[in-house]
Amino acid sequence: MIEIKDLHKSYQMGSNSLHVLKGIDFNVEAGELVAIMGSSGSGKSTLLNILGMLDVADSGEYLLDGLPIKNLNETKAANYRNKFLGFIFQSFNLINYKTALENVALPLYYQGVGRKERQEKALKYLEQVGLKEWSHHLPSELSGGQKQRVAVARAMAAEPKVLLADELTGALDSTTSYEIMDLIQKINDLGNTILVVTHEDDIAHMCKRIVHLKDGVIVEDKKIEQVRASQYVQ
Amino acid sequence: MKFLFDKNTWQEIFGSIGKNKTRTIITVIGVLWGIFIYIALAGASKGLDNGFERNFETVAKNSLFAWSQRTSIPYAGYKIGRSISLKVGDAEKLRNSVPDIEYIAPVNTIGVFGGEGAQVVNNLKSNNYPIYGYFPEIAKMATQKIFDNGRFINEEDMNLQRKVVVIGERTQQELFEEDEDPIGQYIRIDGVYFKVIGVAKFSQTTPFGTDGDIIMPYATFRKLYNTGDRAQYFTIAAYDDADVVQVEKDVKRVLKRIHQIHPDDERAIGSFNLGEAFGRIMGFAKGITFLSLIVGLATILAGVIGIGNILLISVKERTKELGIRRALGATPGEVRSLIILESVFLTLLAGIIGIILGAGVLNLINNLTKDNSDFPYTNPTVPIPLVIGALLVMVVLGTLIGLIPAQRAVSIKPIDALREE
Repeated sequence: MIEIKDLHKSYQMGSNSLHVLKGIDFNVEAGELVAIMGSSGSGKSTLLNILGMLDVADSGEYLLDGLPIKNLNETKAANYRNKFLGFIFQSFNLINYKTALENVALPLYYQGVGRKERQEKALKYLEQVGLKEWSHHLPSELSGGQKQRVAVARAMAAEPKVLLADELTGALDSTTSYEIMDLIQKINDLGNTILVVTHEDDIAHMCKRIVHLKDGVIVEDKKIEQVRASQYVQ
Repeated sequence: MKFLFDKNTWQEIFGSIGKNKTRTIITVIGVLWGIFIYIALAGASKGLDNGFERNFETVAKNSLFAWSQRTSIPYAGYKIGRSISLKVGDAEKLRNSVPDIEYIAPVNTIGVFGGEGAQVVNNLKSNNYPIYGYFPEIAKMATQKIFDNGRFINEEDMNLQRKVVVIGERTQQELFEEDEDPIGQYIRIDGVYFKVIGVAKFSQTTPFGTDGDIIMPYATFRKLYNTGDRAQYFTIAAYDDADVVQVEKDVKRVLKRIHQIHPDDERAIGSFNLGEAFGRIMGFAKGITFLSLIVGLATILAGVIGIGNILLISVKERTKELGIRRALGATPGEVRSLIILESVFLTLLAGIIGIILGAGVLNLINNLTKDNSDFPYTNPTVPIPLVIGALLVMVVLGTLIGLIPAQRAVSIKPIDALREE
């Protein structure tokens, strides 16, 4: 699903050049649930941004489902993001004056899906994350866990090839974190490819594979026995 | 274009506009005020324009008056200070030599330019009033509004030297009882009985007219006061497209030739050019219209800049939201259109409300001044092309000013917008 070869990225910090990614080689198969771990400054967020086409690499190859991702202009990148990727952020990033339903429907709006179909689909995904009754509430009326569920539903709504989650439990307490991970695992069980950036060990162990980044290189890449989050959830 | 008529687009726009209602309202008021000022000013100046037109509507706008005085330069053997008197026959000569003259009528008066008016008596009431000897043609130059049942003097009155008069409003009030119909009654003017055939509603058709004027046929006047073929002054109307200043010069030149006056003698023939005065006033009104247009447009501009300003702030506030939209697949074009449409929508909304309010105020002023005919202000309207022009200007300005925040919004990279602080 994702093929990356010799990816380099550096940032210009004043007169210094900060080499963040120093040649990453990395493949993700369809249906995988991968945790990308590393301390801050290890380059894990940069990698995720490049995977999410929010940032561009200096050199190296990136194939998404066989499609080479390079030399994209803003419009093209936007279209690819819309079609291929779903984002889940640490701080939820819901639009605060839109209801849960409207937030979930937003990627579909940019896909050009008609209003009625949009609403139906959005409601379907809200139901999947267990928030059907909350569809007409504003984000400010939802708890942190509920907000992240809405964000997950929004990421799912566009039916992307890959879900990218950046510290999705970073703003949540551990009980809620497990609930969200339970949801992520269930979505993965349905065959969705998911990448989770985290620095929390327990969250990483709920994935099927852990990729360890340190100082811009992959130091460890192992398949693990998945810990099911459902056992922590009543 | 499809984008414009997409219901979803408008939902997005209403969503973001409705997010901060107070700010939206205050922003809208800026432009609303601008267009309101524009409409009110344009309407008021049009009203003033109409008011001047109305005040002059009873007079041929190209009319002038010419009279004789004393010479100031000796000429052709005549001494200085010779008193000139115009003749009725001069009218025909003027008509022949100045082709731009449409109508010309000699007038004789008493009690208008100094001196006592004629003594007019009805039963026990009497007073002195100015008397005019008019040709019926006068009606073509200065419309005389005659109250019901009455009429103005006509050709037959002239030919038969009838002893008939048209009296002024004040004359009627002073000589007749309130419930008395003056038409058909006889009044005594300097010892001779005249039949009243009409009461003229007063309007300023000459610079010296009053509401007490009594008008009789020229021929009757001549007989009554033994004026022979003398004419005190001429009322002249030029064709609408004629240069009234040139006509005035030509008339004076011809009169000087007829009466053997030195061509450079500025004093011998006096004149008053109503057309020129009218032109000056209308020019003044046009100036006001132009000024109000400029002020109005400048105010609109100020309002629209306000909208651009607010949207710029709004874009800064919405950096994160716009970043989320970009991450979810909004193209730069879609973000740009969203901001520009917001700008245009706010501008137009404000514009339409402003136009309605402006029209309301104009209507109110119109109602307040309707009964006051002295005030030169009638039917204040704003021509539709001006309104449409203003709306177009607003759409264009709204788009242009929207481009700035839109460009700012697009220049924000989604990754920067989403960066956790």
